[in-house]
This record gives sequence, structure tokens and C-alpha cells, in this order.
Amino acid sequence: MLGSLFSDPLQLGIAQAAVTILLALAVVYVARRSEIHLARETVVSLLRGLVQVVAVGSILVLLFRGPSWSSVFVLLLMMLAAAVTSARRARDIPGALEVSFYGIVAGSGIVIAVMTALGAIDPRMESLIPVGSMVIASAMNSNALALERFRSELAANVGYVEAGLALGATPNRVVVPYVQAAVRAAMIPRIDTLRALGIVWIPGLMAGMILAGSDPVYAAIYQFVVIGMIYAAAGLTSLVSTLLIRGRAFSAAEQLVLGAPR
Amino acid sequence: MAGEAEPRDRTWQQHVLRTEHLTRVVDDRPLVSDVSIAVDRGEVVAIIGPSGGGKSSLLRLLNRLDEPTSGTVFLEGRDYREIAPCELRRHVGMLLQQPYLFPGSVAENLAFGPAAHGETLAAETIAELLEQVGLAGYADRDVSRLSGGEAQRVSLARTLANGPEILLLDEPTSALDEAAQLGVERLICNIIKQQQLTCLIVTHDREQAERMARRAIVMEGGRVVGLGPMSEI
Repeated sequence: MLGSLFSDPLQLGIAQAAVTILLALAVVYVARRSEIHLARETVVSLLRGLVQVVAVGSILVLLFRGPSWSSVFVLLLMMLAAAVTSARRARDIPGALEVSFYGIVAGSGIVIAVMTALGAIDPRMESLIPVGSMVIASAMNSNALALERFRSELAANVGYVEAGLALGATPNRVVVPYVQAAVRAAMIPRIDTLRALGIVWIPGLMAGMILAGSDPVYAAIYQFVVIGMIYAAAGLTSLVSTLLIRGRAFSAAEQLVLGAPR
Repeated sequence: MAGEAEPRDRTWQQHVLRTEHLTRVVDDRPLVSDVSIAVDRGEVVAIIGPSGGGKSSLLRLLNRLDEPTSGTVFLEGRDYREIAPCELRRHVGMLLQQPYLFPGSVAENLAFGPAAHGETLAAETIAELLEQVGLAGYADRDVSRLSGGEAQRVSLARTLANGPEILLLDEPTSALDEAAQLGVERLICNIIKQQQLTCLIVTHDREQAERMARRAIVMEGGRVVGLGPMSEI
């Protein structure tokens, strides 16, 4: 219906956004009748989300006009932002920001670089940035999950860790089960994503490509490539981050400092 | 055992373990404060005193599970900061209040310490160790199926598998029921005697201290407030 009223894509977009906002406000109204007050948060979130996403769209328009090598800087900036966001969840872990940055750069950076070099993904900026952002976002989530799980495993198993140390084992040896648990926990959402792909969930990229007129089979295969990249980046990031944080959980004299009793 | 006042003569060199102004402060709170003690080879010393007096904190410093804020420990006259922590902990074995056995079999637990140093513990050695702690034939048993007393015996055998020269015992029987307590205590006494181990035992039970040790250190507020033969404490 909206498509027949608005021929200009920008006007159509604004109309679609307006309808979406109305829908959200209707939910606020229904909630209010049940004495659940969501009005303020919803309005602020809607406005914020709209401004952010339009700003990003505008920036992307400018970026796409720039040289292709500038995508490296854009991706690095995204990785830094991802590290800051991720490290906030592990604030009490010493060096969490540094570890998160290295983990995310190692995980998503290597995967994006290899796949681009092999020609598996389109190196043009308008393709690389959106695909890269998906990979980086996944690495960010995995990093936060891995760090949080490693910390909680150590806190729950202080006695076993110190029993191992007291027997003369190195910190790296005593934390093996906790490193495994952290990496596995960080990978569970990614594994479930792969399992449910196409059955429970038709991802946005594939849907977008089909809507844009691509061949559905090619769109599906390309989506699989991206999901595979997301999986690889998540695995590499969680592994690198956990191994790096492992070193910070102990002092130079091989004493447990993260979650240790005093 | 010698006190701080003992002159630094030739006898100091004979002490297998000596602390010098050992102190650990956490968040401005002294857990161990200016402790200077010495222990002779083959001696069994009890560390007694009220809860929160710094007994376990002192033991953790001796095994270097915690770092002293100031002061140090000498082992055979050598500053323990010069010894690699994993090597130090092999020679200064520590038995914790809880057994903390790793998931798996009894034999796997016994082999853990030597394996950490690239050594394989022979099946005969495992059998001997288990016999020493009164658990002959338990090698293949899963640790989840052990009673509290059995688990603590396995924990002791696991510590002994490293061949320590000094044994630190942190209330090793406090988590056990009364019957198991006496059994484990007797076992520890026999092993210490047989192997002529130097031993420091933290206990809140004065009677246990009298049964096991000839000398005692009394700690209160992180400080040594008494030091001498059990009969004089």
C-alpha cells in the first residue's frame, strides 16, 4: 500500500519508519492499560535508534565514495568500539579492554582478511563494511561470553585451582578445564545459529539479497559463507581472549589473583 | 623451633624453613604481621590460635600461594623468591582443608603432580602410596564415589606423590566426621614419622595439636603471640 503512495525511495522509507513508530506506540498504549509504563524508554529508544541508524547510513554514503583501502580503518574502528563495549561487561577483569581488542582483532580481522584475500567475499566497500560489521559484532559477543564464563569458572573453582598450584602445576595447566568451558560457552550461540540456519531463522543478509532481486540459492550460499565467517571469528576471538586473560588471572609468582580469596 | 631472638649463628643454617619478618597486608588489613620463625628438619610444629588469627594466611605464604607484602621465607637458607614457584611447591607440599580432588580416578589424581613436571608415576608407586594411606586397591576408583575421609586420604597421597620435604597441613581433618578425623590424624602422624618430614599443621583443636606436635606457634591478629613447647603454651 505504501509503495503505491510513495514513488520516491526516501519518502517511502520515512513513511515506513512512521508506521513502525506508530506500531511501537500502540504497544506502549496497550502496556499502559495493564499499568506497565514503557512510554519514556520506548520513545527515547526509538528516537535514538532512528538517529543512529540514519547517521550510519549517511556516513556509509560518504565512505562508499572514498578509496577502498579506507575500509580497513573503518573496520579497525568498529573493532575498537566492539572491544570497548565488550570490555564493559568484564570491567573487573584487569586488562579486559586490551584483551578484548586483541581477541576481536585476531578473530574477526584474520577471518575478514583471509576471506577477502581468497575472494570469498566481495572486497568492495559497500559489501565489505556490512559483512565485516556482522563478523565483528559476533566476535564482540563471543568475547564477552568467553571472558565472563572464564571469570565465573575461576571464581567457582578457586579451591581446585589452588590445589593444582599447590601440587606444583603451572597456572596454564590448572586452568585447562576452565579455558575449555569458556570457549565452549562462547561458541554455543554460534553453533545453534548454524544448526537453525534456514529452518528457524532466515537471516537478514539473505532476506535482503532476495528482496533486492538476487537468486535465492546464491543468496542462501552467500549467507552460509557469512555465517561460517561469523562462526570462525567467534571461535578464534573466544580462544585468543581466553588465552590472553588466562595470563592475567595469575601473578608472576603463579598465584591466583582473579577471584582469589584474600 | 627457634624464635626471632635466636642469634644468627651456625644453627640458623640448619633450619629447613625460616621466615624473616613475614608480613601480608590486604586492603590495609594485616593478615600476617612481622612473623619470624624457624623450623628444624623433621620437626612437627602446630600453628594454633583463634579463627581469623592468621594461621591459614601464614601457611599460604609458606607455600607462596600468596605473596608477602614484606619479609620473606628461607628454605635451607635460600630465599624462596629465587626458587621457581612450581619447584618450590613441589618441595613444600600443602594439604588443604578440603581435598579438592580433580574429576577422574584416584590414580589420575595421584599422577597429577608428577605429570605436571613431565614425570610418569609408575603403577607400583601409586599402589605403594595408596597402601600408605590405607586405601590399597583404590587406584581405579572414581573420586566421586569416595567418602570424605577417603577423599582426604587420597589428597594426602597426591601431595606425597611429589615427594615433598616439608608438609603444610591446613586443618586437614576439620571437614571430617569424628571417626574419620582420628583415622586421618593417626595416618598423617605415621607418615610424618616414617618419612621424617618437616611439618607445620594449622589446627583450631588444641588436643589435636598436643597429639601431633611437640612445639606450637600461637597466632592472634596476624601476629605470633606465643612460641614454644606444647606443654608451655
